[in-house]
Amino acid sequence: MSSYKRFGLTNLRDAGRGKSGPSAYYQTMEIALRELLIEKNIFTADDVRRQIEFMDGRNSGIGARLVARAWIDAGYKARALANGSEAAQEIGIEVGPTKLIVLENTEKIHNLVVCTLCSCYPRMLLGLPPDWYKSQAYRSRAVREPRAVLEEFGTKIPDTVEVRVHDSTADMRYLVLPLRPAGTADFSEAELAKRVTRDSMIGVAIASYAV
Amino acid sequence: MSADAIDPVFQLGERVKVRAMFSPGHIRTPWYVRGQVGTIERWCGVFGNPEELAYARPGTPRQPLYRVRFALRDLWDDYAGPAHDSIEIEIYQHWLEPVTAKEMS
Repeated sequence: MSSYKRFGLTNLRDAGRGKSGPSAYYQTMEIALRELLIEKNIFTADDVRRQIEFMDGRNSGIGARLVARAWIDAGYKARALANGSEAAQEIGIEVGPTKLIVLENTEKIHNLVVCTLCSCYPRMLLGLPPDWYKSQAYRSRAVREPRAVLEEFGTKIPDTVEVRVHDSTADMRYLVLPLRPAGTADFSEAELAKRVTRDSMIGVAIASYAV
Repeated sequence: MSADAIDPVFQLGERVKVRAMFSPGHIRTPWYVRGQVGTIERWCGVFGNPEELAYARPGTPRQPLYRVRFALRDLWDDYAGPAHDSIEIEIYQHWLEPVTAKEMS
């Protein structure tokens, strides 16, 4: 195999993220496996590129659409809380094999999502996870001192409200349904969706009137 | 029990204890809940056993998966927040055992 192939997609993508230098062990393995599969016509290089483009193209606007719908439609909200995957599909969001659980913030409960074991994240609704979500500090501290973590994100939860942490350890994925901000009673669904940020759907922030 | 899936044995609201096992390999039960007592919050369905799937085995029999709620004060002796703060974690049935009368009290 010619050496130019060593600079495959992985390396190009890493270069774009400020990394350089020789490939690590698993990167080399991934390149070798990918090249082999392409040579054996299992898939094409364009298939790989398309999939990466698809994965990189997803963003938190998808999750925001679900939240905004739940805010304006009580029946939809009830269905989303009962079965998140079906509710997502109902509005044309493809959720894949993992099951979605929607967690409703109320005046009594504030939900926070973490994956202590790795970085499980509802990518089909929020896109790629932020770097801090994958950091050891967030993963270890969110279950140990969630209120301190929330305060570092500028989110102060009163002691009268229960903080409920969700450790995404297995086959479920979690999306927080934030409280609807005050003053948005006459907002359209699209205007509401703008108030729903990625962080509010992870639970480290609340949705606010200000955009 | 169907051919490849184990039937669930725990009920919603039941108190359960996470087994204090320390087996090697790919485990989806975090250390900080092992040996702890919590409450079944939700039944999630049956899923291939990740401890088998991780090694390219079929993952059967599939395991019932639950969400179990713990009080953060039960997990951390020095937890600084209020008593109602909690955590919910997905745990497979083979990691759960019934709570004895002594542990209930």
